[in-house]
Amino acid sequence: MTSGLVVLAQETVGGSAFAQMLVDGISFGAIYALLAMGFVIIFKATSVINFAHGALTGLGAFLVVAFATVLDFPGRYLTSLPEWAQWTANVLTAFVVAALFGVLIERVFLRPMVGEALFAVAIVTLGVDIVVRTITNDWIGTQPRPVGAPWGLNVIDLGWVRIAWSEVIQIVVTIVLLIAIALFLRSRTGVAMRATAFDQETARAQGVNVGRIFSVAWAIGAFLAAVAGLFYSVFPRRATGVDQATAFIAFRAFPAVIIGGLDSIPGAVVGGFAVGIAESAANIYVTADFLGNGFPGIVGYLLMMVVLLVRPYGLLGTPEIRRV
Amino acid sequence: MRGRPLLYTSYEADQGLLNTTTKKVMLGLFLLVLVSIPFQVIPGLSFLGEDDWLRLLVTTAIFAIGALGLNLLTGLAGQVSLGHAFFMGVGAYTAAWLGGPADGPLLGLGLPIWIWLPAAGIVAALIGVAVGPTAVRVRGLYLAIVTLGLVFIGDYVFRNWASLTGGAQVGRDFPPLVFRWWKEDPPVIDFTTSSVWFGVELSGLAKTFFLLAVFAGISTLLAKNLQRTRVGRAFMAIRDRDIAAEIMGVNEFAYKLLAFGVSSFYAGIAGALLASFVTRVIPERWDLFLSVQFIAIILIGGAGTVAGVILGSAFVILLPRVVQDFTLWLQSVALEGDGLGSAIANVFVATTPTDFGLVNTFAGVGPGLSVAQLNLVLYGLLIIGFLIFEPLGLFGIWLRIRNYWKGWPFTY
Repeated sequence: MTSGLVVLAQETVGGSAFAQMLVDGISFGAIYALLAMGFVIIFKATSVINFAHGALTGLGAFLVVAFATVLDFPGRYLTSLPEWAQWTANVLTAFVVAALFGVLIERVFLRPMVGEALFAVAIVTLGVDIVVRTITNDWIGTQPRPVGAPWGLNVIDLGWVRIAWSEVIQIVVTIVLLIAIALFLRSRTGVAMRATAFDQETARAQGVNVGRIFSVAWAIGAFLAAVAGLFYSVFPRRATGVDQATAFIAFRAFPAVIIGGLDSIPGAVVGGFAVGIAESAANIYVTADFLGNGFPGIVGYLLMMVVLLVRPYGLLGTPEIRRV
Repeated sequence: MRGRPLLYTSYEADQGLLNTTTKKVMLGLFLLVLVSIPFQVIPGLSFLGEDDWLRLLVTTAIFAIGALGLNLLTGLAGQVSLGHAFFMGVGAYTAAWLGGPADGPLLGLGLPIWIWLPAAGIVAALIGVAVGPTAVRVRGLYLAIVTLGLVFIGDYVFRNWASLTGGAQVGRDFPPLVFRWWKEDPPVIDFTTSSVWFGVELSGLAKTFFLLAVFAGISTLLAKNLQRTRVGRAFMAIRDRDIAAEIMGVNEFAYKLLAFGVSSFYAGIAGALLASFVTRVIPERWDLFLSVQFIAIILIGGAGTVAGVILGSAFVILLPRVVQDFTLWLQSVALEGDGLGSAIANVFVATTPTDFGLVNTFAGVGPGLSVAQLNLVLYGLLIIGFLIFEPLGLFGIWLRIRNYWKGWPFTY
């Protein structure tokens, strides 16, 4: 598993390594925050630990490739629009299709497991992960597939720090999505989702359509995973595009979930950025001669171990009340 | 107690290993078949004695040893662990360090097998107990992700510790299964070359098969005994309700640590044996997929049952081979060209590189899954299917068959 992180700082002449570290870290953290948030939303609403989140990411990224570069749908019918708008329409379609796949997976594989032990359900998602990831990888093939982002490799050079256009867009998109999720949780469906998270049976007794909430939660999770998959597959992360290792990014977002607390959405965001910045710092300040290759890839897990020793339920998680 | 086979008048009889005649007969038959396999004497089963199948059976035995350990931890004590592959790696590299050649380019002391094999288990168990306090402090699903972290951290360490592991994608040779008294002594028993035992010529593979069958047998007996005693009952109490167990006087912390230690011991032994058997292993071998395979074994076999672990190991290890043979057979049917069977087979397999088929045996081209990918998909679907439809696994299926015949011709 390669780290896949291209560090801009090494190219910066006279730039501030610290500022560059922060920019890289925030950009990477945004990817983790999106993944962690989707993971937590699925966990809260449906009580499923979703080990298939990596597969959803890979699938989403592949769908982006398929819709943006192979099918060009619906862009091919929007010839009056500029090229970037066509691309955006394609990508948005891909996100929606990814969300539908999320709903489908929940419906087929996880709905029969409602009410079973959490552990058994978690292992079902491990099985789903293997199935979906294998089929996606067969579609992707052995060569990386670029997503054809219209902003390309362009970089804003401020002198003391260099920011890629994709990073700017990514951070804007992440903030918009964060606000959208916050607003959603205050909407009628969002309140129903929070009620479901609190107690599925009671929510049902109050007239909440719990099955529909499950679908919505998986749709959001898969949507966010697809967005993260897209931004992981563009410059300066992996400019070559989507390949068979893209799905593994989710395994590096798991520590973010645990650091923030399994059942805390703000925690997921905090954890995501914490892991992103820690990884970026390891990338810049820790040389391969000192700690070998791939160290940034495990920084998140080391950070997680430390946090768990201090707070077994993460920074913002709810301590489990143990009753006999 | 003639005619009342299930009437027990003492706890000893109730807890007996072979408490029914059926169990005795079936175990005897199983052992008979096992011993006869390398000699290829049973018609219909003689293919199992061929070298490639024998290798798979040896692998099955090794995986069964590892899975017995995970079964104690997950099936009995109820602690979800995805870190089994890490402990297998620890065992394998302990074996390599102690048993590897002393004059080679990599770390090695050249010690004999009776030191490196137990040491592999002990070191893995010690590391298991060392990470235990973190693992015991977190519960349930947090634990699954902590142990997931172990696999990734282990993967990083193994890839970078090149003087021990040979380095990423390179790997190293592991000490062979040769029994000597001391470093350079002539081998007492050599499991890699053929020799004559009791007047019978046996290949190295056949001898390895017998060795691993004995090891698996001992491991099974130990696991079964652990399960039947105070420790096993304490594990099950913790699994069923940890607070209730504590109230009953089970020291939760100590028993969880013990479960981690014992499970890691089994994993270390299995890792050392596996590495030694395949001789050359790259550090990436001890990855998450290996852990998932073990989870699959105990779930498919039936969590918490020793017989299920053996069934599950055989299922998980032999399945890829069966699928491969089946695919090739389907392909040959499809190539015959006419008839209904051929038409059906044609949908499933590709007959030429560009032909459509759900499975495509031609390397890296066209639509369709390769056989390896098909196997992965089947793994996944089997895990899902068993959990949804038969949570007790193969053992549960056996129970239903048994109970059906027990009451036959009545349905209950």
